[in-house]
Amino acid sequence: MKKAFNVLLIFLLAFTVFAGGQQDSGEAEAEAADEASDGPKSGGVLVFGRGGDSVGLDPARETDGESFYGSTQIFDNLVEFKNGTTEVQPALAKSWDISDDNLTFTFHLVEDATFHDGTPFNAEAVVFSLGRQLWEDHPYYDLGPWKYWGYMDMSNIVDDIVAVDEYTVRFDLKKVEAPFLANLAMDFAAMVSPAAVEKYGEDFKSNPVGTGPFKFVSWQKDSNIVLERNENYWRRPAYLDRLILQVIPDPTARYLALQKGEIDVMDFPSPEDIEEMKADPDIKVIQQPGLNVGYLAMNTQKEPFDDKRVRQAFNYAINKDEIIEAVFGAAGTTAKNPLPPTMWSYNDSIDPYPYDPEKAKELLDEAGYPDGFETDLWAMPVARPYFPDGRRVAEIMQAQLKEIGVEAEIVSYDWGTYLDRTDSGEHETALLGWTGDNGDPDNFLFVLLSAAAAEVPAGNIAFWKDEEFNELIIEAKETFDRERRTELYMEAQEVFHEEAPWVPVAHSIVSEPMQPNVMNFKLSPVGKRVFYSVWLDD
Amino acid sequence: MLKYLLKRIALLIPTLIGVATLVFAMVALSPGDPARVMLGERANKEQLEKLRSELGLDRPLIEQYGIYMKNMVQLDFGESIKTGRKVSEEIKELYPATIELAFFAMLFATTLGIIIGVLSATRRNTWIDYTSMVGALFGVSMPVFWLALVLMMIFSVGLNWLPTGGRINIRYYFEAITNFYILDTFIYWIRDGDPKFFISSLKHIVLPALALGTIPLAIIARVTRSSMLEVLKQDYVKTARSAGIKEKRVVYRYALKNALLPVVTIIGLQFGLLLSGAILTETIFAWPGIGRWIYKAIEARDYPAVQGGVIVIATTFVLINLVVDILYSLVNPKIRLQ
Repeated sequence: MKKAFNVLLIFLLAFTVFAGGQQDSGEAEAEAADEASDGPKSGGVLVFGRGGDSVGLDPARETDGESFYGSTQIFDNLVEFKNGTTEVQPALAKSWDISDDNLTFTFHLVEDATFHDGTPFNAEAVVFSLGRQLWEDHPYYDLGPWKYWGYMDMSNIVDDIVAVDEYTVRFDLKKVEAPFLANLAMDFAAMVSPAAVEKYGEDFKSNPVGTGPFKFVSWQKDSNIVLERNENYWRRPAYLDRLILQVIPDPTARYLALQKGEIDVMDFPSPEDIEEMKADPDIKVIQQPGLNVGYLAMNTQKEPFDDKRVRQAFNYAINKDEIIEAVFGAAGTTAKNPLPPTMWSYNDSIDPYPYDPEKAKELLDEAGYPDGFETDLWAMPVARPYFPDGRRVAEIMQAQLKEIGVEAEIVSYDWGTYLDRTDSGEHETALLGWTGDNGDPDNFLFVLLSAAAAEVPAGNIAFWKDEEFNELIIEAKETFDRERRTELYMEAQEVFHEEAPWVPVAHSIVSEPMQPNVMNFKLSPVGKRVFYSVWLDD
Repeated sequence: MLKYLLKRIALLIPTLIGVATLVFAMVALSPGDPARVMLGERANKEQLEKLRSELGLDRPLIEQYGIYMKNMVQLDFGESIKTGRKVSEEIKELYPATIELAFFAMLFATTLGIIIGVLSATRRNTWIDYTSMVGALFGVSMPVFWLALVLMMIFSVGLNWLPTGGRINIRYYFEAITNFYILDTFIYWIRDGDPKFFISSLKHIVLPALALGTIPLAIIARVTRSSMLEVLKQDYVKTARSAGIKEKRVVYRYALKNALLPVVTIIGLQFGLLLSGAILTETIFAWPGIGRWIYKAIEARDYPAVQGGVIVIATTFVLINLVVDILYSLVNPKIRLQ
């Protein structure tokens, strides 16, 4: 048995090398397998086994990934992320013009799209879908709260939305905001059928009607959501006849269901099962780093963390490899920047701080703390992709800091209180993280590290206000040229590295095991699961 | 008898008011702001304040309690903070699954438990007695999640007899009527003449019912055994035996009926416990029930959902106990007289 396993491993290794070295084995395998298929074919039912139920299916109301797993299949946006990337491409808007002052966006819509209930898609539908979130006197504004609209600060970006003619819609902006287009590709900016919202009102969230590749059929609470192909889709119809999103809360049970063939694709495997799955010839595993970062923020407004040498000392003192091995296993990788590696403008030329307790002690000595000091270390009480076990991470850090003479006391509260207290700056050091929304670096650097975000309730819980850094990211926010923006963000990451307001710790790695006959499934960096182009081989 | 019944039913009202107040107090005293939990890492100040006022969390506690009690009296649990759907609607979808599972678990536990209990009592100090009592000890101390996974590995993956989870084959196009699937699929069978749904839903309930029923099985077996031993020692049994009545008749006709009295109470209590205590079984077997739903609601500080769920379960618990007491008084006239 063991011998067979070894042979299999060697075979897999060899396979990886031949299939293109650079890529990780899962992806390479997937591509090779897809090539071996005879090409797309229509038909079949795909069951997607996942950990939790959707909260609601009106994407403008919801914030959780499980809700978007459902709504993404049902709705389209004006623009969308190209499958598997953070690149924005046309969708229900076939093209757009941007005025010279970058304050007016004019979108030209496709003319043959209809909602699943037969309502035609047009400029009025665009004004309705986004206007209900913008105007407080809109008749359906009260169906909110429109959380993501608020998170992305859209009311301070969008001044007006105007239907110019049946298939042209104009957005007037209050300020120049380069990430605006990427925001429109996010789930909350989905196009909803005005007629259906009027018909269902409050219940639209359980009776979603969009223009997307799949139509809503039924939803059994905490069990399954059934979707079927939209035959009248305005693009090529989906390949699958039906798509079933099935809730199986326990990851071990989900894995058994996959082995038995009860489900076709499995979400969120246990990290400890991933190696075994990869070795199993009957399971295909696709992997990708997640668009997130887990970090230790040091409160730069409080002594001794107002001294950059102390912050750097922490960066030298914390051994990230040990944390990854103990907490993430195969589900994580170390971080050196505040941006995740799949994000454009990620600065790979930065040399991470090595694990060097001696150097850390020297820096503390220079800063006037030869015997170390006492501090607090806040640990998150909940599991997040960027920190599957905050408590354990804090314990490891605590032991590592002790080696340089720092006594850190671990502090924890329930999740709501934790967020409340950290974003009002009660901590000295705290663990937290972020998952990207729109594939734009601004969504990390501005939200988490700008001076503007250091106001209570703060997104910037290091309360770090660096002039140089702020100039760079604000210029980038107002620049539309991607190359120039990349330069600015690269430089900003260098400032971040030198000033060290955080210890960036980890990025998670997303793994998606599936049956070998599931073809053309691509993981999305923004965390979507898109089944439009997926087909089942015989 | 009627007076007794009425008295018992009248007692329900203060009990339920007490439960409702207790639930409110627990929720009000527990730390964590639901608005904050809901909005998560991304919340901004205006959003938080708006949501708090929408939820009425900015009002004084006594006023919140007043509104809450008024709504409870009208059986209005409000809307779930998390999903924005009516709590009563969500309970209606999920509670039948839990009741169905608890019912089958108890059916299994009671039938087998009584048989084992009687066998080990009548064959005291034989290998049957030892085996079943050691087994019962294992039964009560076995972690449910572990047992559930082992059952799944053996019967689903290994032998391929039964499915790993859910209530019916995922790929069937089945629409529930009452959300009691065994009943619904039975109706389908009668109506369409095709038992495929019914068989599928039966297959799906076997493993979760076994896993959930193991602890009550062990408890029932032990209580039956000790109660049986007690009864068998009594004079009327001796008299019956000395009168030459067959041992089988003595045990099953005369002794068992009296021995079952404490067992009935245990069955009632266990059934109530299963309604709220099925979280692990529901989680592992992807059984969409109310236990896990309440657990998630507590995590999310979804107060209306927690309150609605706990009150529905508490009411059921009280009702089951009422039924047990009535049964008891039917069997034992002494209670009626008191």
